[in-house]
Amino acid sequence: MTALPNTRELRRSALFERLGLIGLVAPALLLILVTMVLPVGWLFYLSVLSDSGAFSLEHYQRMWEHPSYGRTFWTTFQVSFLTTALCILLGYPLCYFLSEIPKRAANLCMIAVLLPLWTSLLVRTYAWLVLLQRRGLINNWGIELGLWDEPLALVHNLTGTLIGTVHVMLPFLVLPLYSSMRAIDRNYLRAAANLGAGPLRSFWLVFFPLAMPGLVTGALIVFILCLGFYVTPAVLGGGKVIMVSSRIANDIEIFFNWGAASALGVVLLVLTVLLMLAAGRLVRMDTVLGGQGK
Amino acid sequence: MKRWLQQSATDTQITHGARLWLYVLAVVVMVLLVLPTLLVIPMSFSASQYLEFPPRQWSLRWYQSYFSSTSWMQATGTSLKAALMTAVLSTPLATMAAYGLHASRLRHAKWLTLLLLAPMVVPVILIGIGVFYAYVKLKLVNSMLGLVLAHSMLAIPVVMLVVGSALRTFDMDQERVARSLGASPIQAFMRVTLPQIKFSVVTGAVLAFLTSFDEIIVSLFVSGGANSTLTRNMFNALRDQVDPTIAAISTLIVAVTSLLLVFTQFAGPRKEK
Repeated sequence: MTALPNTRELRRSALFERLGLIGLVAPALLLILVTMVLPVGWLFYLSVLSDSGAFSLEHYQRMWEHPSYGRTFWTTFQVSFLTTALCILLGYPLCYFLSEIPKRAANLCMIAVLLPLWTSLLVRTYAWLVLLQRRGLINNWGIELGLWDEPLALVHNLTGTLIGTVHVMLPFLVLPLYSSMRAIDRNYLRAAANLGAGPLRSFWLVFFPLAMPGLVTGALIVFILCLGFYVTPAVLGGGKVIMVSSRIANDIEIFFNWGAASALGVVLLVLTVLLMLAAGRLVRMDTVLGGQGK
Repeated sequence: MKRWLQQSATDTQITHGARLWLYVLAVVVMVLLVLPTLLVIPMSFSASQYLEFPPRQWSLRWYQSYFSSTSWMQATGTSLKAALMTAVLSTPLATMAAYGLHASRLRHAKWLTLLLLAPMVVPVILIGIGVFYAYVKLKLVNSMLGLVLAHSMLAIPVVMLVVGSALRTFDMDQERVARSLGASPIQAFMRVTLPQIKFSVVTGAVLAFLTSFDEIIVSLFVSGGANSTLTRNMFNALRDQVDPTIAAISTLIVAVTSLLLVFTQFAGPRKEK
């Protein structure tokens, strides 16, 4: 191909334009670098320093040796796992119901799922605190109806924490699961029925596997978000349910132990990223992050 | 009713009757999702210390205790100011970034996007203590500037997602047409692209406002004193005891948030999307 007389100029202006476009990204990038990437990187550095300032892995070593850290991780895992399981238990039937009713009715019902997402997290947590406390609504009604005699301890323990976290996390399970159920071609189920499968059999062999990607996505999002959850467990757990995030906050607020807090934070971040990478292998992550905007 | 129960629910064999448990469970779950927050609204008008439902006596005493408290008022002012400034700062930055990434069609745009979305992925507690540590060194703790910068960092990914998805449905050839007719890149963006993604930009700005207004963890570490945010004060009050004043504040927050979201639903032209 013979070069046209203006090729070089055109190429140059194209290059400048591209640089200009990339320049548009710079301010946002700079802000994120300065207020997030650098500080978090700094914490990585602090986590491998001993109190005297020399390089050491003592903070990680202590995490391994000290049983209280084991308890914290166990609690975190327990809460995350139970929350995910309960969300699936409550969310799966709800999604199935929503995917079976007409689309317009389902959209109306989705308001119930989206409304909590739009409501302030603190407000929702406070609402549960009010309902679950010793002289709260649920205890009053339970006693009036004769279901139990003494006020039950429903809050400031694991029960309260789980009620709160499940309520906060449920929409994150429902959104991907519902959309993947909605996309299932019902002809497959008709075919299964036609071939002699009963309702249970066609659900288990046809519907369930087809809805699996949505279920895995939703469950992973819930689990990952739970690992780093701070506010609701801190309020509804009342200091008795210490998850990793609470422990980090305590290390800073009470003990001013930056090294220990940073090391815990690093472990939390690594766990989160590993789970997300695993999730990325199973499902496409951009459908998760960008799913709501579409 | 009885006939409906015996009717088949799908083309396969199952009847509505056999599915009754599913309907009941689904409705119960939906009610549980919505009800707790809604119950707080009537309870906030209760006269009793132990927020009853239904209130035996109605009163505005918790609203009075909120509006007459200097510290609550100051915190509300801080939160509103920070949220407004966060929206003003993060919306243009995120829109620019989303546009730049979209229009430049870089080969490595994926990595840049990942970096820009990182604040959504990194556990907030880690961001919180990281920012706190940096602000101690920079002497930005308890300052409005520091708060707004940190909240903008958290809001940028949110706005980018909203604006980015609008840009993906926008036909960039329109801009090329404008350019070939003599418009400068800025003119082409302002007069052709922006009016068409306006709705998403406004939605992004509202979400940025709410991101800041609802943010708890970073505020807990870097706001304080006269610049203490509403969420920080609420969180600290919740850890001590169940203060009924918070029921009044919650009701007001729910009301304001709903109004804002309804506004974004009706502000834009229906055509977009």
